[in-house]
Amino acid sequence: MSVLVGFNTRLVVQGMSGSAGAFHAKQMVEYGTNVVAGVVPGKGGTKVAGLEQIPMYDTMVEAVKLRGANASVVYVPPPFAADTILEAAAAGIQLVVAITEGIPVRDMVRVKYVLDRDYPDVVLIGPNCPGVITPGQCKIGIMPGYIHKPGGVGVVSRSGTLTYEIVHQLTALGLGQSTAIGIGGDPVKGTDFIDTLKWFNEDPGTSSIFMIGEIGGDSEERAAQFVKDHVKKPVGAFIGGQTAPPGKRMGHAGAIISGGKGAASDKIAALKAAGIAVAPTPAEMGTTLAKLLA
Amino acid sequence: MKIHEYQGKQLFQKYGVPVPIGIPAMSVEEAIAAIPKVQQQAGTDVVVVKAQIHAGGRGKGGGVKVTKTKADAEAAVKQIFGMQLVTHQTGPEGKKVQRLLVEQGLPIEHEYYLGMLLDRTTARVTVMASTEGGMDIEEVAAKHPEKIIKEPIDPATGWNDYQSRLLAKALGMTGKVAGELGKFMKALTRCYEEMDCSLLEINPLVTTKDGKVLALDAKINFDDNALYRHPELEEWRDPNEEDAQEIEAKKWDLSYISLEGNIGCMVNGAGLAMSTMDIIKFYGGQPANFLDVGGGATAEKVTAAFKIITSDPDVKAIFVNIFGGIMKCDTIAAGVIAAVKEVGLKVPLVVRLEGTNVEIGKKMLAESKLNIVAAADMADGAKKVVAAVGGGK
Repeated sequence: MSVLVGFNTRLVVQGMSGSAGAFHAKQMVEYGTNVVAGVVPGKGGTKVAGLEQIPMYDTMVEAVKLRGANASVVYVPPPFAADTILEAAAAGIQLVVAITEGIPVRDMVRVKYVLDRDYPDVVLIGPNCPGVITPGQCKIGIMPGYIHKPGGVGVVSRSGTLTYEIVHQLTALGLGQSTAIGIGGDPVKGTDFIDTLKWFNEDPGTSSIFMIGEIGGDSEERAAQFVKDHVKKPVGAFIGGQTAPPGKRMGHAGAIISGGKGAASDKIAALKAAGIAVAPTPAEMGTTLAKLLA
Repeated sequence: MKIHEYQGKQLFQKYGVPVPIGIPAMSVEEAIAAIPKVQQQAGTDVVVVKAQIHAGGRGKGGGVKVTKTKADAEAAVKQIFGMQLVTHQTGPEGKKVQRLLVEQGLPIEHEYYLGMLLDRTTARVTVMASTEGGMDIEEVAAKHPEKIIKEPIDPATGWNDYQSRLLAKALGMTGKVAGELGKFMKALTRCYEEMDCSLLEINPLVTTKDGKVLALDAKINFDDNALYRHPELEEWRDPNEEDAQEIEAKKWDLSYISLEGNIGCMVNGAGLAMSTMDIIKFYGGQPANFLDVGGGATAEKVTAAFKIITSDPDVKAIFVNIFGGIMKCDTIAAGVIAAVKEVGLKVPLVVRLEGTNVEIGKKMLAESKLNIVAAADMADGAKKVVAAVGGGK
């Protein structure tokens, strides 16, 4: 009744001894996520304050062998993140969620290349993303858990805080979420809209979809085409950056209008042409979908 | 990060990418002294004087002059240095020219376009080339996409020599010139990769009558996320090309972009920050900036962000829009309170808080007795801040 994560998820926190890793590991445990191990090179056998019940290992291979881990979340700093993602894949982890912001593009080009070549079944979410949550079952990442509610809306977004915004609006309207996925704001990422739309379209627990895009690239346009061709469920959308000036990187490495491409207006036109309901402002994302479902 | 053409050419030289003989100059005197040196080294009287600003279209705007005598070159230097150069990329106010490149003129046989950047769809760095050199490549791409040749770079092998041969064939280069292009491409693609470039454009790439291949221009952007691997690039930052607030923001690792309006924004998350600008505009206001305080901000960083916003004299009201995930609402509250205590609060402040530790944050703001307008949600906050500057519809 959800995609990617649920009650069966056995999570490793890569970088659990760092401040972000430790804080969010606690939040995830509190939410009910089954955190089975922490991995930090050189910290095997140590304890993280407040997380004493979770064993720490030096390597991902140990976490998989000894604790049966099947998913990991990456909180390590950018210079080490690419290596960390590949370590997880090599150890047999099926789902890697990379929260880290600021990984060089060159590193991600290589990571994606190796994943596609050697680990085609591994799903990488992110980097530079808030993570994945199946409300009431499993939270992987940094999103505030309390705003979510179990239900039928599949949420996918390039922006972290806008994901919280839509989820908050949906919950306030009584519309729960099957799974909410933040795919991240980087130009090279593991999972794009189309992959998630496919999962949501096939998931019996998902009855409608909301996607949040932003300026830069053309993945919203390609997603619109996919919706037009394949998706039978109602889809709502919002595009951030409608007033962004061209040539300026709006925070996310991937959010830039360059060479006359990637403008919000083109994306909105493509979404509308695919029969998707586009919210005029970020405050009306929830109501736009609610109207569609009414 | 962007650099100047002359810096790009210095980098090219380091990697063995051929460029014309040239000398950069930071003043009229330096430029005039450079003219005879370039003439002598190059063995020609033909000298090109080029304005160095971080924007394209310099030639059309009158920032590039080809001269045939020393006197003409000196006149060009005096004319271009200090001018307010307006191009399609500078905005109507233009940019003041404070650096010049004095360069040898070449007997050009043909001009080409060559670009490198990431193709997001394939996740490969891709070389783009066209016989339509010197032209606006965006126009070529729109009108004659078939005239642009694309070659993706394999992350495992890097650029392969056969790709240079394909490129030479497609561009109509033969014999010695085709061989020169091979060496050129090998060096150029290595430069892109090792230096973590995010964009590299040579417009034009030229062949000369004596069979050489040279980069007549060099536009290079670097991946900001990879700058930690290239600390030497800091020296190449030109403060004249950057907004004072943007420089201060960079010190604090804040993502800040100065805009034209009068409503200062402090937001966490790039998507929410962009959307906050959108909704302010939707309700009839104009954002003064884009500011993403990021995920792991401390109270000190929030204070710095707040000070950057208030240092912009155009800011007539401030909208703080936070949906905490990694960012905790109490951290935001502490930072805002500290900043106001330090620099005062001369304009209306609208705050919308939601997310991690929201109750603690709201309580801190309430107990601070600061003159803060609380907003229930994003739309409410946008309406209130637009009303505060006397705008709205």
